[in-house]
Amino acid sequence: MALVSVKDLHKSFGELEVLKGIDLEIEAGEVVSIIGRSGSGKSTLLRCLNQLEQHDWGTIHLADQRLDGTAMSPGELSQNVGMVFQSFNLFPHKTVIENVMLAPLVVKQTPREEARRIAEAVLAKVGMSEKVDAYPAQLSGGQQQRVAIARALAMNPKVLLCDEVTSALDPELVGEVLRVLEDLAREGMTLILVTHEMKFARDVSDRVVFMHQGRIHESGDPQTLFTRPRTPELNQFIASVL
Amino acid sequence: MTLDFSTLLPYTDAILEGLVTTVWLTVVTTVAGIALAIVVAYARDGSREGPSGIVSRLLGAYVEVIRNTPFIVQLFFLFFGLPALGVSISATVAALLAMILNLGAYTAEILRAGIDSTLKGQHEAARALGLSRLQSFRHVVLMPAFSRVYPSLISQCIIVMLGSAVVSQISVFDLTYAANFIQSRNFRGFEVYLVVTLIYLLLAVGLRLAFEFVGRRLFAFRQGGSS
Ligand SMILES: Nc1ncnc2c1ncn2[C@@H]1O[C@H](COP(=O)(O)OP(=O)(O)O)[C@@H](O)[C@H]1O
Ligand SMILES: [Mg+2]
Repeated sequence: MALVSVKDLHKSFGELEVLKGIDLEIEAGEVVSIIGRSGSGKSTLLRCLNQLEQHDWGTIHLADQRLDGTAMSPGELSQNVGMVFQSFNLFPHKTVIENVMLAPLVVKQTPREEARRIAEAVLAKVGMSEKVDAYPAQLSGGQQQRVAIARALAMNPKVLLCDEVTSALDPELVGEVLRVLEDLAREGMTLILVTHEMKFARDVSDRVVFMHQGRIHESGDPQTLFTRPRTPELNQFIASVL
Repeated sequence: MTLDFSTLLPYTDAILEGLVTTVWLTVVTTVAGIALAIVVAYARDGSREGPSGIVSRLLGAYVEVIRNTPFIVQLFFLFFGLPALGVSISATVAALLAMILNLGAYTAEILRAGIDSTLKGQHEAARALGLSRLQSFRHVVLMPAFSRVYPSLISQCIIVMLGSAVVSQISVFDLTYAANFIQSRNFRGFEVYLVVTLIYLLLAVGLRLAFEFVGRRLFAFRQGGSS
């Protein structure tokens, strides 16, 4: 059974229908890249997956558990679905390790010692062990984003959502963040990534989903999708970004 | 006219008593007013998400009433007006209450500006990590919001400290009351008010320095210094 299962997902903002019936099944360990033009609904889809937005219609299941509506508390949800944002959103008044420890302490009520151990482990994983006591303002964008990834991993989620996590970075800092994601993919983490890094989408994902005007317009394995797009819209999109 | 400050000497105790009253009114008001502001800012902030429309509306009305009426009228209302409703409070309690309500309203509005500006992303990150709205407010939103509006907060507390002179009007023995009292006995208005003016000035400077001292410690994260 699929780890994530989205059925007939609809979402409108006022009059504007942003998601017009999304069906998506994602297996455990799969890396799925979502591509598409700005405004096609990619962020909204991710935000529905962790309920930062409430959808209007359809269902979302994680493993065999219903995740939407009031079926899962925010605390439970965060232990299933982690999210990393384009703008890092680290807590500026907390050090790196405090950023990572906060949710385990406050949400899971993990004992401080154990929370610290978990935080050190995930920070090592993203290569930020040297900076545990730094404040976000003292870090480069790439370092901040790696801490943000560690912060999400500290809740030990089953799926990690990444919304254009390299778009706010200087070009020379993109690589270090993508490498962390690649490592996670190799370890078997289930990743759903909205990305404009086409090379990364092609090389690292198991599947690429092309969104267009609130629908999944085309999806498939990256090689086929990028080399032989079936629809003119995808063809045009690829031409515009390569 | 010749200045003669020795005419004040017999009244040193009165000045000290007034000074002590003004200082403790200010300290209690600062602590309680900021606490009140935090609660009001949290409750009003909730209106955007929760269905707490009525609470938020009431708090909004409180903030607007305070910010759009003279402090002395608020004070008189509490001291002279409430007894008509059968609620009698001492002058000191009325003074303290008026000052706390006043600082609370202004500070709540100042804080709201700090919360509105750019904390949406951090709040969302907190929600995505499973923090409740209250947990997010407490652990994530509050401190950066304070650090952002801290200069306005300092000014507001100084305004309230200086404005506390008005409580002498209901016979609270504060610094201004002491000055009026002395002046009515020795008729040395110039000397008395010169001294009291200097004391207020020193209090304002001292309050600012104290705030800045605390701020440097609380908001060290902003400097991006060594680690
Ligand atoms: N909170 C919101 N309120 C109103 N409209 C929104 C909101 N969030 C997104 N939208 C609109 O929904 C559409 C899809 O947005 P989004 O999902 O962010 O697209 P993408 O991430 O693919 O660029 C856009 O037209 C955007 O303006
Ligand atoms: Mg987007």
